[in-house]
Amino acid sequence: MIAGVRLVSAVTLWLAAMMLTACSDKPAGDALVIYTSRGDELIKPLFDQYTAETGVEIRYTTDADAALITRLDAEGAASPADLLMTVDAGNLWLAAEKNLLQPVKSQALETAVPANLRDPQDRWFGVTVRARTIVYSSDRVNPETLSSYAALAEPQWKGRLCLRTSKKVYNQSLVATMIERLGAEQTEQIVKGWVDNLATDVFSNDNSLMQAIVAGQCDVGIVNTYYFGRLKAASPDAPISLFWANQNSSGVHVNISGVGLTTHASHPEKAIAFMEWMLTPAAQSFLANGNKEFPANPTVEPSAEIAAWGEFRADDLNVAVAGHRQAEAVMLMDRAGYR
Amino acid sequence: MPVLVLSLAWLDSQGEVWQHLADTVLSRLLINTLILVVGVGVGVLLLGVGLAWLVTSVEFPGRRFFERALMLPFAMPAYVLAFVMLETFDYAGPVQTFLRDVWPSLFGASFSGFSGRQPWLVVLCLVLVFYPYVYLLARSAFIARNPIFLEQARVLGVSARMRFWRVTLPMARPAIVAGLVLALMETLADFGAVSVFNFETFTTAIYKSWYGLFNLGAAAQLASTLLVLVLLLMALERYGRGRARYVQSSSQALPRKVVSRFRGWALTALLSFILSLAFVWPVLRLLQWVWQQGLAGFDQHYFGLLSNTLALGIGAALLTVTLAWCLAHARQRYAGVVTAVAARIATLGYALPGSVLAVGILFSFIAVDHWVADWFSWPPILMGSWIGLLLAYLVRFIAVAFGPVEAAYAQLRPVLLEVTRTLNVTRWYVLRRLYLPLLAPGLSAAVLLVMIDVMKEMPATLLLRPFGADTLAVRIYAMTSEGLWEKAALPALTLVLVGLLPVMLLMRERPRKSSDAEDGLTHPPV
Repeated sequence: MIAGVRLVSAVTLWLAAMMLTACSDKPAGDALVIYTSRGDELIKPLFDQYTAETGVEIRYTTDADAALITRLDAEGAASPADLLMTVDAGNLWLAAEKNLLQPVKSQALETAVPANLRDPQDRWFGVTVRARTIVYSSDRVNPETLSSYAALAEPQWKGRLCLRTSKKVYNQSLVATMIERLGAEQTEQIVKGWVDNLATDVFSNDNSLMQAIVAGQCDVGIVNTYYFGRLKAASPDAPISLFWANQNSSGVHVNISGVGLTTHASHPEKAIAFMEWMLTPAAQSFLANGNKEFPANPTVEPSAEIAAWGEFRADDLNVAVAGHRQAEAVMLMDRAGYR
Repeated sequence: MPVLVLSLAWLDSQGEVWQHLADTVLSRLLINTLILVVGVGVGVLLLGVGLAWLVTSVEFPGRRFFERALMLPFAMPAYVLAFVMLETFDYAGPVQTFLRDVWPSLFGASFSGFSGRQPWLVVLCLVLVFYPYVYLLARSAFIARNPIFLEQARVLGVSARMRFWRVTLPMARPAIVAGLVLALMETLADFGAVSVFNFETFTTAIYKSWYGLFNLGAAAQLASTLLVLVLLLMALERYGRGRARYVQSSSQALPRKVVSRFRGWALTALLSFILSLAFVWPVLRLLQWVWQQGLAGFDQHYFGLLSNTLALGIGAALLTVTLAWCLAHARQRYAGVVTAVAARIATLGYALPGSVLAVGILFSFIAVDHWVADWFSWPPILMGSWIGLLLAYLVRFIAVAFGPVEAAYAQLRPVLLEVTRTLNVTRWYVLRRLYLPLLAPGLSAAVLLVMIDVMKEMPATLLLRPFGADTLAVRIYAMTSEGLWEKAALPALTLVLVGLLPVMLLMRERPRKSSDAEDGLTHPPV
């Protein structure tokens, strides 16, 4: 009994101490506050670097894109957030649509980020670029038989195609772009063709999809380039290669990770300064190489590893299209039976 | 309150989304959800009751070990087991690769392989994670059964099999149903495991409306529809309890049946297989990934995660159980419709998908913070604070705490309380000398159960935690959302190991006491 009481008091004391340390952490106050859906591992070193260079403190929280946007929306003017950093332009588009982001007039940002990688009204800017393209088994596929996303719906790929679930925003953005380029009717035909060609049920992530190609379950698939980069870094001899899709038509589908200034930001100057810093060559290289992506700033060269995948023509459609056509794309894929 | 906020969503019609769902995926969603609920229901009953009966009634090699070890899968988060299972059995996984290498003639190029993403694997996975709810409760009930009834039945010439079906099982029914309902509520709320298998259920549709169609309103409507299912489950539980009043007390243990050596070892092998599949294999696989990653993950940050996880687990468990205690006390003292309904509503939060409940909580907190700011001009006290996060856990897990506490209360004989009133003692004295000792087993079981659940919790923690207050579950999310499963292995393994501690405490407490009737989550007769 006495031992129990001691244990309980010890635990209580420890908890109280935890709470106190938590409270003694400075409240937001002067620090720049960022809501981000990007991985801790990638961005924490970047934030630390910025703090070391400028002395500006950064506090941040991570969560899924939709959760962060909902939170920002619900908090309204009371939100402590200054910046929203997400992946996929669709999410940034949604935040802007809900008036959660405000326009930023910055010469530096306008020069650094190409027009198709930022909001036409300057409420968000791309920071890194990722392409979603075709991968194929180098054992079983002659790359000359490959051409476009649409061509994967042809009968020659019957039982040879692997796809990731349509619930993933990357596929939703890809189909949204196709709707913009080809129209809803043709896109639905293509998506139906994909579904008919599937070798197996759809995958829940790009990585297991590529492993299925390596293991021989299927021959072609569509993935984001950085997943391919990771796989190759882990096992350089894996019999799988990258193919740049749509080179003879609209170009490879690209998407961004990006950042926007919140409408109720309490530290707008600091926040803009940080955005501009993220587009400088050093920060760009760090971010892009950290996740094997392409820098949004075209004057910054990608790493040698990424450059080795070859030059490609990217779709120059404004990435905002991924947002305003996303719901349409989701419904289209549901109709086509793409799970 | 969060439940209310969600229900308010109905005021805003989202006809278009409903129409779309009805046209395309709704029938599949309903069928899938049905498969899941029925499959997991039958599975946890078979496994939970069967195993509980074996370890309490049959003597075989390693029985005492298995009696405890079979609770181990309780420490395994569903999403972790799901990933390991899929990775193991999918086409590119070790099992099929092995088959292709060893028997190329059978499983080689001509054999197209099979996809690991199949309904029965999802069901199996959830059964393996959730059967401990039933097992824990059924086992306590079997231990507590009164030998007199069985003796009488035997004297009357009832066969052993009939004795099980007609005497043992009906006597354990309330406990088994209580466990079943908890397992099914967890199943309905599960998002992590089903999305690993890409298995579409009602819950994934909620996320799809929110994330894909940008329509939180429709998501909230779907979520409140899910609540109807939960109310059905609760009705089932009441029905399961029946009108009977089970006052059980046995001071002598039943003799266990002795089986032939061969059968004994066969049982040992069977149980080892189940345990390997549900626990040993996933842990080994995680260990292997941790090994491949090296010890890079062990840093200052790592111990911060561990300490946050433990602090939140213990803090939330104590808070939740205290409140569950108050609730149970109120029900005991002021029995009536109001307290009964209050208790039901308070426990609804358990079956909602974590993120949806988290959003409901988010809206409530923000409303309170606004109000506080308007009246006292204080800074936000709930959003992004430790207090807020603890309150969120309270809402989500009070159902888990309420069961055992309520059951413990049912053991207090009213006459005891009346006696204390006639004695000239202080309330504090009564609390210390009467309530605490008598309620202790129920209370500690509740604390441990809530602690395990809180530490595994992910969505509410992500959305509501203070800046920098990362936990192991948050870390796992950060890694898996980037597709870095191997790097998630270290926090996942740690979470399993940390969860083992309360599981072991939970198991140690049981068998020693003979008055095991107050055990576990057995609900009291109402």
